[in-house]
Amino acid sequence: MQLALFSIFSLLMLAFALGVILLRNPVSCAMSLVMSFVALAAVFVTLDAYFIAVVQVLVYAGAVMVLFLFIIMLLDLREEKRRRVRLSAWVGGGLVVGGFLSALTQVITALPALDVVKPVVSHPMANDVALVGFALFRNFNLPFQIIGVLLLVSTVGVVLLSKKELK
Amino acid sequence: MPTLAHYLIVSGLLFAIGLGGVLLRRNILIIFMGLELMLNAANLSLVAFSRFNLLADGMPNYNGQVLVFFIITVAAAEVAVGLAIIVALFRAKQTTHVEDLNTLKF
Repeated sequence: MQLALFSIFSLLMLAFALGVILLRNPVSCAMSLVMSFVALAAVFVTLDAYFIAVVQVLVYAGAVMVLFLFIIMLLDLREEKRRRVRLSAWVGGGLVVGGFLSALTQVITALPALDVVKPVVSHPMANDVALVGFALFRNFNLPFQIIGVLLLVSTVGVVLLSKKELK
Repeated sequence: MPTLAHYLIVSGLLFAIGLGGVLLRRNILIIFMGLELMLNAANLSLVAFSRFNLLADGMPNYNGQVLVFFIITVAAAEVAVGLAIIVALFRAKQTTHVEDLNTLKF
């Protein structure tokens, strides 16, 4: 059952991720990216990471993708017409990606320690949000504050970048 | 039951798809979407490691999930800044095609 759910959602995620890089229309790319993020949230649920799954849907499938679609609308992007197939780019990209994948499969198959079944947690009904919150506010309080400053800086930066004339 | 290797392979495939998008596509927005896919692949492997590496009290290692939380926050900020830069670029050059942006090309 677990394996079936994991396989269904990972295959959905990978299929929609392929859609992102293969479709020609930017809006279709953005829509398949949304579906890929939602499927990834489901994969997070199979890992009992409920808080991260909800944050993934809220932040990525919600905020980030609205921003992407808004920019696509603002720039009025059409389907890409020019299809200059550059063989060198495809061969180079394929080589890099294939090399990365082969190196990765080598590492994963060579390590028997990775071939472990998911261990059983001692309190399966524990409050996931509370536990992440404890870790976040006790052990990672300073990074949390720094992230707040980062968000402020990026907000100010975006406002400045979006001005018509930079002074 | 899916093993840790399954999750890592799926994460690696997602990263490879994102990397392929960054290398092969010529539209700067699609390149940006490929970057998001790569960030998500890293998140997936972090959550998998967190779930498979139980602490002494038998609970998942939540440090990994906190790191994923930070990555999601930084990615949101990065998307906002990156899209603002793309809009500024579009205002200056009227294009999102990376091969038309050759001012710095040698």
